[in-house]
Amino acid sequence: MQDVTTEKKEFTPNIVAFCCNWCSYAGADLAGSSRLSYPANVKIIRVPCSCRVNPTFVLKAFQQGADGVILCGCHPGDCHYVTGNYYTRRRMALLFNFLNYMGIEKERTRVEWVSAAEGQKFSAVMNDFVKTVTELGENKRLTDLRVKEGE
Amino acid sequence: MQRIGVFICWCGSNIAATVDVKKVAETIKNEPGVVYSENYQYMCSENGQQLIKQAIKEHNLTGIVVGACSPRMHEATFRKAAEEAGLNPYMVEIANIREHCSWIHKDMDEATEKAVILVRTAIAKVKLNAPLQAGESPVIKRALVIGGGIAGIQAALDIADAGFEVDIVEKNATIGGRMAQLDKTFPTLDCSACILTPKMVDCAQHEKIDILSYSEVEEVKGFVGNFNVKIRRKARYVDETKCTGCKICMEKCPSKKGLNTFNMGLNPRPAIHIPFAQAIPNVAVIDPEQCIKLKTGKCGICQKFCGVGAIDYEQKDTFIDREYGAIVVATGFKPIALDNFNEYGYSDNKDVITSLELERLMNAAGPTDGVLLRPSDGKHPKVITFIQCVGSRDTSGCGKPYCSKICCMYTAKHAMLIREKYPDTEVHVFYIDVRTPGKNYDEFYRRAVEQYGVDYIKGMVGKVYNENGKLMVQGSNLIDNEQITIESDLVVLATAIEPEPSVRKVATLLTASIDTNNFLTESHAKLRPVESPTAGVYLAGVCQGPKDIPETVSQASACAAKVIGLLAKDKLKTNPCVAMADENMCNGCSQCANVCAYGAITYVEKEFRLGGGKTEVRRVASVNPAVCQGCGACTVTCPSGAMDLKGFSSKQIMSEVEAICKM
Amino acid sequence: MTKEERIDNIKRISGTDVRKCMKCGKCSGRCPAFKEMDIKPHQFVTMLAKGKIDELLESKAIWNCFSCMACVERCPRGVAPAAVIEAVRDTVVRMQGKNGLKAEEIPPIVDELIPQQLLVSAYRKYNK
Repeated sequence: MQDVTTEKKEFTPNIVAFCCNWCSYAGADLAGSSRLSYPANVKIIRVPCSCRVNPTFVLKAFQQGADGVILCGCHPGDCHYVTGNYYTRRRMALLFNFLNYMGIEKERTRVEWVSAAEGQKFSAVMNDFVKTVTELGENKRLTDLRVKEGE
Repeated sequence: MQRIGVFICWCGSNIAATVDVKKVAETIKNEPGVVYSENYQYMCSENGQQLIKQAIKEHNLTGIVVGACSPRMHEATFRKAAEEAGLNPYMVEIANIREHCSWIHKDMDEATEKAVILVRTAIAKVKLNAPLQAGESPVIKRALVIGGGIAGIQAALDIADAGFEVDIVEKNATIGGRMAQLDKTFPTLDCSACILTPKMVDCAQHEKIDILSYSEVEEVKGFVGNFNVKIRRKARYVDETKCTGCKICMEKCPSKKGLNTFNMGLNPRPAIHIPFAQAIPNVAVIDPEQCIKLKTGKCGICQKFCGVGAIDYEQKDTFIDREYGAIVVATGFKPIALDNFNEYGYSDNKDVITSLELERLMNAAGPTDGVLLRPSDGKHPKVITFIQCVGSRDTSGCGKPYCSKICCMYTAKHAMLIREKYPDTEVHVFYIDVRTPGKNYDEFYRRAVEQYGVDYIKGMVGKVYNENGKLMVQGSNLIDNEQITIESDLVVLATAIEPEPSVRKVATLLTASIDTNNFLTESHAKLRPVESPTAGVYLAGVCQGPKDIPETVSQASACAAKVIGLLAKDKLKTNPCVAMADENMCNGCSQCANVCAYGAITYVEKEFRLGGGKTEVRRVASVNPAVCQGCGACTVTCPSGAMDLKGFSSKQIMSEVEAICKM
Repeated sequence: MTKEERIDNIKRISGTDVRKCMKCGKCSGRCPAFKEMDIKPHQFVTMLAKGKIDELLESKAIWNCFSCMACVERCPRGVAPAAVIEAVRDTVVRMQGKNGLKAEEIPPIVDELIPQQLLVSAYRKYNK
């Protein structure tokens, strides 16, 4: 923020989480109401279904400086829209392979199934994901240099 | 120019304790586009809402962001408040700074920083929001039930009793379905006809029910509340309005060698016939494949003898168009063909029969008048062997991978009835498992064993062969670890059941999803078991999965409740957050329709201006907003980027991503 | 005695209804002498139900059964396999036409390490 000191701070990754409205977003709400903490650098975007997440959104996130992207949806077979999460699973498997090829480590991307009852799991997943991405360090690939110019 | 108002809620101390709400409101004031920023203790309270409404009016806000609890909690509240202040309710976005921020973080600086980002993200989104209008579509207060078995009958009666018009479309000449063919029903051993035929009569006499027998659904258009259905009324060559069901034609018909399908082909019937004594409608039908007059043009005997002049050899198929608000699919089942199971010798031995054939052989109205006589020589069988799981639980590809669910119980019933009626008969049952979950079911099966002395053998039959006129059943007795051969007079196969094949056509017409076994898929296996994913289509009976009569009736009544709930509404409010195709970009490739689980996407030929006075006709996708559920699967599939989702547009989500990443 | 009469007799002596068996195998699952039984407790029940008593009469199992009644204790349907085994044993003893062991002959041959249950079982087996 404005008042952040210019000294080099410890690296904290920037994580974008896409959560489907019916299961995972509710699971994140439950993590909140159960006071199950996870790092503040996880920011959630609400989508109706995980299958709404266009691969370009993931690319955009990395381009804009995200260090990790995670998609959360309903468990297979429980999708509110019947088959949406199956599309997600296939699309993202393909996309993550491409990204890996381009040098964005597979560990920076993840698809997880979190139901509305799994606040505990949501928190555990986020803690684990942030830890993994922190160990990997800053994501330098794909980043649009123009984005960084302001710094 | 956008004029955004931001409202940060304290939620008492729930948010304010870890998020510096005042600082958030102050920081946000400097955001481009934001003209008003406020914080308040309880935004969702009457006063809080008042504050929002006032601000919208005073500052002429074009969109608002509320930093508060989860949108799953109060989004509806704030949308309503906005609407009351004259702002389109879809110009409201919620930043979840409670569940996703204050409740999970302890450090105030950290939480405040995140809250600012979340609010900025919401602002980024709301700037791209477009005012949306929830659509309305009228509901036609009439239901269609496809299939006139017990499932269809029960659903129709329940819907009609609630005061709505119902049509039953039945492909056979009479309603009644499989249940009409059964002898007794487990676990109470009621006579099937005695409990079914009164319901059939109720249907016929109900002023709200119209039975369209010998008819099939040909075409379905429209969507929930507004289905347009074309029904083919097959030519029965008998005027339904004139025939009195006197059966003189059946007596006089010279072509008497047709297979009586109602009796599973166990005895012959005339070309003109009424399927069974209690048929509804009680009207004759001519089998054109068998009728001499229709085949050769010479005969006409039935016409001569018909006292009311009901016979009409010139009759043609006719079509009627009707409109419905809801559709119940109750197409039922049939036993599988046993071609893949040579080991049981079904096609080679007349005395190897299916359980449904045994039902007819035991039925008082059946071909043997209820006396159990074996088909080959009409003698009483003394040793009867039942084989369970014939074609069920078979993943080899010969049969069906699922458990047919009803066989264990009807086999116990048959065994028990035979031992009761003919105590000198020896009854053996080969089984893999005996599955009897259900009220009074296991007790029923144990009664067959303990009281009636039916011999249950744990193990399967490897082959059935004929030796000197005796059926030799060779199988394993796993308990005693031996191979045994039982000399039998009659072998009964508990044949697996499968959905009636016509269900595929019905499913295609309705764009209702169907699984690999041809069972219709329910919307949610646990929580929406009677609804098809296609809005306005409901499922009853075995078309959705194997089930017995009590379960079928429960499901049919559940269907009726859902239909009544739908038909009771005058208008359906539709979710405005649905997909929409940009016609200028659409290439008509059909990818989006392929991934749509609801069949909401169709294609239309449209004329486009090219400039210079030229036009071209292109095929473009068209989304039916009443059917679309707004999942967004099509938006990602679309190769040309023509498809977008209102309320969650690609631009909106992109701007959210950008706002989060630019820290 | 014909075979049928013998079957009926064994059913009568055992006092248990073999039709009640639902072939779950819990009796054999608990039997402490299982390895020594050439015909297992559950088979005693099913074979008697099928009238296959010739094998039963010749089995070694009737002499190896501890008569501990664990099978009876465990049966969910109230069938008593041990009672069937005992009934078969009785029948064999009677067919042999002699009363094996007398009560007073037992004490001298008793080993202190023999469990009490086995003694009870021995009386049941031999003292007819």
